[in-house]
Amino acid sequence: MSEKTLKSIRRVGYALWRAALRALPSVVGILIVVFLLLQMVPGDAADVLAGESGGATADTLAALRARFGLDHPILLQLLAYLNNLAHFNLGYSIRYNASVLDLILGRLPHTLVLMAAAQVVAVFGGLVVGALMAARAGKWTDRLLSLVSLVFYSTPSFWIGLMSLIVFSVWLGWFPSGGNITIGADLHGWAYIVDYLRHAVLPVLSLGFFFLSIYARLTRSAMLEIARQDFVRTAHAKGLHPLRVIVRHVLRCALLPVTTVAGMHFGAMLGGAAVIETVFSWPGLGRLALEAVLARDFSVLMGILLFSSFLVILTNVLVDVLQAWLDPRIKLA
Amino acid sequence: MTKALLELDGLNIHFPTQHAVRDLSLTVGQGETLALVGESGCGKSATALAITRLLAPNARVGGRILLDGENLLDFSPARMRAVRGRAISMIFQEPMSSLNPVLSIGTQLGEVLLQHEQLSRQAARQRAIELLDTVRIPEPQRRIDDYPHNLSGGQRQRVMIAMAIACHPRLLIADEPTTALDVTVQASILELLDKLRRELSMGLLLITHDLGLVSQWADRVAVMFAGEKVEEAVAAKLFAHPEHAYTRRLLASSLHFDQELHYHEARLPDTSEDAEDLQAHVPTGVPAANEAVVASQAPLLKLEDVHVAYRTGEKEFFAVKDLSFEIRRGETLGLVGESGCGKSTLSKTILKLIPAHSGRILLEGQDITRLGESAFRPLRAKIQMVFQDPYGSLNPRHTVEDILGGVLRAHGVADKTERHRRIVETLGHVRLSAKSLNRYPHEFSGGQRQRIGIARALILRPALVICDEPVSALDVSIQAQVLNLLVDLKQELGLSYLFISHDLSVVRYISDRVLVMQDGRCVEQGDYRSIWNAPQHPYTRSLIEAVPGQSRVQVAAA
Amino acid sequence: MTLENFGKTGPGLYLRSPSGVIGAGLLVLLILVALSANWLAPGDPLDMVAQPLLWPGQDMQFPLGTDSLGRNVLAQLIHGARISLLVGFAAVLVSLGVGIVVGTLGGYFGGWIDRSLLQVTELFQTIPTFLLVVVVVAIGHPSASIIAGAIGIASWPSIARLVRAEFRSLREADFVMAARSVGHSDAWIIFREILPNALPSVIVTTSVMVASAILIESALSFLGLGDPNVVSWGSMIGAGREMLRTAWFLTALPGAMLVLTVLSLNLIGDTLNQVLNPRLRGL
Repeated sequence: MSEKTLKSIRRVGYALWRAALRALPSVVGILIVVFLLLQMVPGDAADVLAGESGGATADTLAALRARFGLDHPILLQLLAYLNNLAHFNLGYSIRYNASVLDLILGRLPHTLVLMAAAQVVAVFGGLVVGALMAARAGKWTDRLLSLVSLVFYSTPSFWIGLMSLIVFSVWLGWFPSGGNITIGADLHGWAYIVDYLRHAVLPVLSLGFFFLSIYARLTRSAMLEIARQDFVRTAHAKGLHPLRVIVRHVLRCALLPVTTVAGMHFGAMLGGAAVIETVFSWPGLGRLALEAVLARDFSVLMGILLFSSFLVILTNVLVDVLQAWLDPRIKLA
Repeated sequence: MTKALLELDGLNIHFPTQHAVRDLSLTVGQGETLALVGESGCGKSATALAITRLLAPNARVGGRILLDGENLLDFSPARMRAVRGRAISMIFQEPMSSLNPVLSIGTQLGEVLLQHEQLSRQAARQRAIELLDTVRIPEPQRRIDDYPHNLSGGQRQRVMIAMAIACHPRLLIADEPTTALDVTVQASILELLDKLRRELSMGLLLITHDLGLVSQWADRVAVMFAGEKVEEAVAAKLFAHPEHAYTRRLLASSLHFDQELHYHEARLPDTSEDAEDLQAHVPTGVPAANEAVVASQAPLLKLEDVHVAYRTGEKEFFAVKDLSFEIRRGETLGLVGESGCGKSTLSKTILKLIPAHSGRILLEGQDITRLGESAFRPLRAKIQMVFQDPYGSLNPRHTVEDILGGVLRAHGVADKTERHRRIVETLGHVRLSAKSLNRYPHEFSGGQRQRIGIARALILRPALVICDEPVSALDVSIQAQVLNLLVDLKQELGLSYLFISHDLSVVRYISDRVLVMQDGRCVEQGDYRSIWNAPQHPYTRSLIEAVPGQSRVQVAAA
Repeated sequence: MTLENFGKTGPGLYLRSPSGVIGAGLLVLLILVALSANWLAPGDPLDMVAQPLLWPGQDMQFPLGTDSLGRNVLAQLIHGARISLLVGFAAVLVSLGVGIVVGTLGGYFGGWIDRSLLQVTELFQTIPTFLLVVVVVAIGHPSASIIAGAIGIASWPSIARLVRAEFRSLREADFVMAARSVGHSDAWIIFREILPNALPSVIVTTSVMVASAILIESALSFLGLGDPNVVSWGSMIGAGREMLRTAWFLTALPGAMLVLTVLSLNLIGDTLNQVLNPRLRGL
């Protein structure tokens, strides 16, 4: 293994450690915020944990109160809450008759698939479109693409979803209109995957296009800014082909702001996914959250808030590591 | 002169708003160094970029650029790329930004080799290591995987040179290659360039504003002014017998270290364009302050064993170590040192913008080291500062009246008419008219802005003015103007200066006493005559030797 | 200011940009519509006034048709402009208030103040904005002011970070050093020296944030979590969704209004960015 590779491994390892340390206060902070929000919910945590939809008798409520120590002062309650979380106990949902953690874990894969696919579409599409705009800056290609990306940037993704449903599902019949699999088809293997993908196309694109336009606009402006830097002039003075200069020097550097912003938008994408899931009846976390709101099932809602915040922290750590890999200037010391 | 390698024939460069270069004709012979000299905006850098056809697309280039008799302007883009980096290479001013920060230097060096020569990656890497060795980068096998931020400014410029000579170019264009570097580094870079020019028998087109550099390294010199070549001659002849009026002005106003000019004896000729509004004073020297009087007074400012600590992350280091000196009334103390030697930290410490770690600072005998801000505020009027960058040191959103009036308000001048009177008076001192009052900084030239900065420092009638590189960001002719003004003001208002600069010629001109700093320590201080003629410390000697363009200073035996 | 110089100043530069003029014109028009909603479409837009599901153009009394409950779509669109703009601007006012204070304190004073404020900022940035808004609105009651407050509370970190970054870099500027060496107070330096120079980038961000607040509000009402007593474009889309196959215009029209509104704000933001960003200037 060359010294160069060793160096970058050390750098990445250090970034991982530092990011984990940095995330710790956020984790604690989120726990406290969620706990405080729970306190604000009408009724006490026993009502919440038992499920507001009813069904819990006075006896169970009293038992719950005793178990969670709700007759204790608020600080003790916080400790009890944290103790529960430490044992992966996010509460119990009467409505679904299942533990909150199980509910979340059951829905999570679908949301992750949706978001991962949308993020991939958005980042790669954004880089390509942005690079194209930057390379043709000021020409009509750039103007047209800039306008289109500005319009997509200004359009609510759920409305894109609904409009694409009308066009591609209702009128053209190319894609199914909702769900993630054809119900009752009982498909397996390859056929199952194809079916799943056909269901995923519209939600992924509806969610991804908004972010694609963000990244495209960012890539364009970052590349134009970088293209003015001295080292790009150096690259041209070496006699490199313009395309090589763009890809190797300009786009390579533009990756840094794009990854940063992509990481920052993970939380926003989670929110967007919640709405898109509703539009396409996609059985993910977002729809679970909405159902929980309508059912006033706060234990589920808070569980999702907590869980998705942790997801964001995890993403931040990953982005930090990616940055450390991309940018040698991130210090070891 | 051998046969012409590069010939510019009636070169014209138009930008949308400006005719940057007019009818420029030049030749560079093989193995020859031609210096292209002029102040900023004269079109010299545009010429350099035009030769390799790297100007922005909105520039129109006319005339002919002949390399070995072939017009580069007729070349296809592909053929032009084969010229760049192979037949003609370039080095730029800013080594900090001229290398890609996210690619290793090995990668960037290899890139040019792979582009122009049929080499395997392994062979290219080997060549790159050899090249780093050629430009005297220590431990090239190890440094090749470093990134630009791991290298010092001088080392980065060496890497740029390695990249430029990688394919043995016939012509090397160096655009202000050492302007951003410290003097001692400057000298070694130019030596390296000159050595490589001889070894590879390259033509060297050296673009610079620094006449000292030209006299030492160029065979011939072309002087440009406002886009036109005003004079071209063999270097020795140009310096001995400049023909064109602009050349004479340029030579006259630029400070040469070996001119031994001192403000006691002579003023600098002011050749700037706004010289007229300076109501030129009689250009005679200022009589030396009565030395008996100076000696009898208590020092205005006295530093005793001052240390200043800096924290970066976990580590603490001293930017200023064990520094003691004093400035007497009416005296100018010149402070010389290279970047990072702690001179700017020192000025901030004296102004109590950062705390001293230990030691004592005495202002007129009063210990101000541990004084609280509210107790110190009235004393602030006694020490003021002039900053380096005339663009960054003035708030772009305030008018001149806001800037100067704000200073008075901070020091309790509540009456508006009184403020106005003092503002107009101070503007008069720096030779600006009252018409400037309602204008914003961007409406002024660089020299005028620096005068506004001086007015801000003077309006409280300080006893001591700290000048932190006050002329480094200015063109040569403006430098002379500002230096003259400082000399006049010292006399008129009875000021003392702490004059900080990296430029030995400037310090030599303006100082009564000189202090040399290295790595936060004072290595030598003494009278202005003795320190230049009989430097004691090896570092002082190396600084003096590194000044370009001197007729090999006769360093007195220590 | 002379007339010939006007073209080089901020407002002059702005007016020279066609997209900036279009954006500003659109926004002014929308604000006028929102302000005169009671005059343009008198009466409660939620009243049933005609036969349900009239298509646009079918009955010229209701040029944009009626929804499934026979309510006038045009009247709803006009009144919907109110809630979108109101919530958008109110939310950003909240964000600006919190963000500027937090960013200024942290960026100017540094040290432990900065570290603790940054920690809080990062915390709020970690919690997904939209989910936080959903939770807050679900706990409270879905009224316009709670929604605006929730969006504001969930989105101030970006302003805080921006202001902090500006303060941190401007704090080291020579003109601030000069002000400190003169002996100006912290308040003077913050309000007279730094803040005016930090404002341009805050203004640019503001227009983009209004746009995103409007998008969040629309998503919220689309999901049926908005104020049930007022008509909003998001809730119109939500209601129209049931008729998507048969009466798609009920979804398309309010969506188009949203796009126009947000587009106008983004056009303004882009133009302001070009005019106020000194790095892009002079190109």
